[in-house]
Amino acid sequence: MSGGAKLRVRVDSVTPVNDLIKRFRFVALDGSDLPAFSGGAHTVVEMDDHGTRRLNPYSLMSSPADRSAYEISVRRDDQGRGGSLFMHRHVTPGMEMTLSYPVNLFPLDTRARKHLMIAGGIGITPFLAQIAQLDQFGGRFELHYAARSRVLGAYMDRLTAAHPSQVHCYFDEENQAIDLSRLLATQPIGTHLYVCGPKGMINWVLSSAEAMGWPRLALHHEEFLAPGTGLPFEVQLAASGKTITVGTTQSLLEAMEAAGVDAPYLCRGGACGQCETNVHKCDGKILHRDHWLSPEEHAANAKIMPCVSRFEGKTLVIDR
Amino acid sequence: MSLDFKPGAFDFFRDETFRESFTYRNSNPLRFPFPFDRDDYMYSVNMEPHVPGRKGTAFEHILDVDEHYVAEMIDRAKVLADDPLRCQSLPHMTLAGWDLLELIMEAKARDYPQWFSLTKNGNRWHWVNRPLGIEQSFTFLDESTLPYGPFEYITRQTQGDFSLQDERDNDLWMDAGMITSQADWSLDFDIGMSFMEWHAPVPLAHEKGVFDRALKFLLKLQHGAPVRRFNWTMTVNPLLDTAPETYPKWGPTKTTLTQENLGAKQHLRVELQSLYRLPRSNAIAFDIRCYLCSFEQIVTVPKWARRLHRVVRDLPDELAAYKGFLRNRPAMVEWLSKYDDGAPTSPGWWPDD
Repeated sequence: MSGGAKLRVRVDSVTPVNDLIKRFRFVALDGSDLPAFSGGAHTVVEMDDHGTRRLNPYSLMSSPADRSAYEISVRRDDQGRGGSLFMHRHVTPGMEMTLSYPVNLFPLDTRARKHLMIAGGIGITPFLAQIAQLDQFGGRFELHYAARSRVLGAYMDRLTAAHPSQVHCYFDEENQAIDLSRLLATQPIGTHLYVCGPKGMINWVLSSAEAMGWPRLALHHEEFLAPGTGLPFEVQLAASGKTITVGTTQSLLEAMEAAGVDAPYLCRGGACGQCETNVHKCDGKILHRDHWLSPEEHAANAKIMPCVSRFEGKTLVIDR
Repeated sequence: MSLDFKPGAFDFFRDETFRESFTYRNSNPLRFPFPFDRDDYMYSVNMEPHVPGRKGTAFEHILDVDEHYVAEMIDRAKVLADDPLRCQSLPHMTLAGWDLLELIMEAKARDYPQWFSLTKNGNRWHWVNRPLGIEQSFTFLDESTLPYGPFEYITRQTQGDFSLQDERDNDLWMDAGMITSQADWSLDFDIGMSFMEWHAPVPLAHEKGVFDRALKFLLKLQHGAPVRRFNWTMTVNPLLDTAPETYPKWGPTKTTLTQENLGAKQHLRVELQSLYRLPRSNAIAFDIRCYLCSFEQIVTVPKWARRLHRVVRDLPDELAAYKGFLRNRPAMVEWLSKYDDGAPTSPGWWPDD
């Protein structure tokens, strides 16, 4: 089955964190322990949004040592395709849902002498689990966490209370910014850098670090892309002999699934590479939106990541 | 744990040796995981889900505990006493060791309650291994409460070699291993290597892209969805420990085969390899479980007799050389040909009913 092993869970509680963010707590339907996981892992939440199947990845933020429940935080995106709105409006305690087993595309490098973490907004969630893991097993870390305002700085209170000297907060509204060049210049040898947040922040941090000579293998980031919307387009599926139309707010992967085609996937956010599909014919332009394929592969148009990428043009035939 | 545990507490476990007297036998050859599903062989990724399979076979449970368990653990303890470097774990792999300990203890207690039990009270765990006479209370995730590190502790009680692969930089790194029943490779040489580095000596498969596909596949391996594949080679005498370090001891036995003794001495060596994503460490555990069966026991199954003859006869020279039996291949084919009447074989590896 595509997407790997699944977990049946019940929503234990839904907690508003601020105006934009709600926290969801899941327990196993049969009351047993949930699988252990590693800090930085995510789960894909399956939603039945009034007949539309939505699968969105969310970082696990609870302590990896706690197998009694999983927690995620969801930021409401009023302009999005509807997954976060469904979570905010329709998911209530007692509901039964399906999650994927945890998958980690953003793990700590456990050889690191020090972990330097940089978070922007909702990008804080994987770090919460990673910090809990480091608390348990030991490990030096420092977190720099930027949010729009004090009100929107989710979990800042608990982080600063538990780690007053390791957690540093910044607020856009107060014109505070991370002094990145000083921060990156003053780290001990063997430090690994992790960044999770908006695309602009990730690019800023990674390009600064590379320009300052940080080893590429010491730089880690995670960015889930929402599939994004676009004009409808038609795709021919060579292996299954079907022609499908991808709707405005639908991804190509979702359209294949709706047509009964069992396509592989894991993260559904353009990051993991699992859904990579060969392109047989492309008369038009593939709108590559993943960060799995290389720029050369994007230019060659011989492969597509159906979880996030779209198409404009006359004919697209893919090997699925 | 020492060398002083003895077979006999349970009649099920054979009192046998994998060295000197070589008294190893399979009571029931039909239990042997014969690895050829067709009459020829070439490398492929050949992965399938590692799920419990047919009753009464090596596939019934995810970790097979068979009649050789106690004898194999005695043999492992001897190998480690002679060469402690057969078990190594780099400092950052301790958590992966705990993951593996949990996986093995839970599976054995669930599937073989007559032999193993695990009781948990929070992180206070109590483990009983009756065949080996071991009883241990310890604190999960606290190394100081076990006589060895978690990885060495549990793999001294588990058949099969194990390596632990750390995942970093879109690659896998062999950063821990318990390797005492290996087909001529060295943990001490390979420790710390990347996936392509430790597979570098394998012929033909690189050109076919097998390792690129295998690495890509393994990087996507998910917790809760283990996979397995077969590998195989040939070993003279039922010797578990065919290590490069001890080649002078066992290598020359390849020159002792005759048509008269080949059936008893020549063994097909099968590795049932299973791979698990570990939950807390995000590492991958690789279980390389070795099964040995003498040619004379294999040919008691007519389908396997025909097929083994054809596979050995038609294998490319590069593979026969890499697997270390190019020199003895003509003798093996001559011996096996007596059991191949040329009849067609059915697909798949199971014996015909």
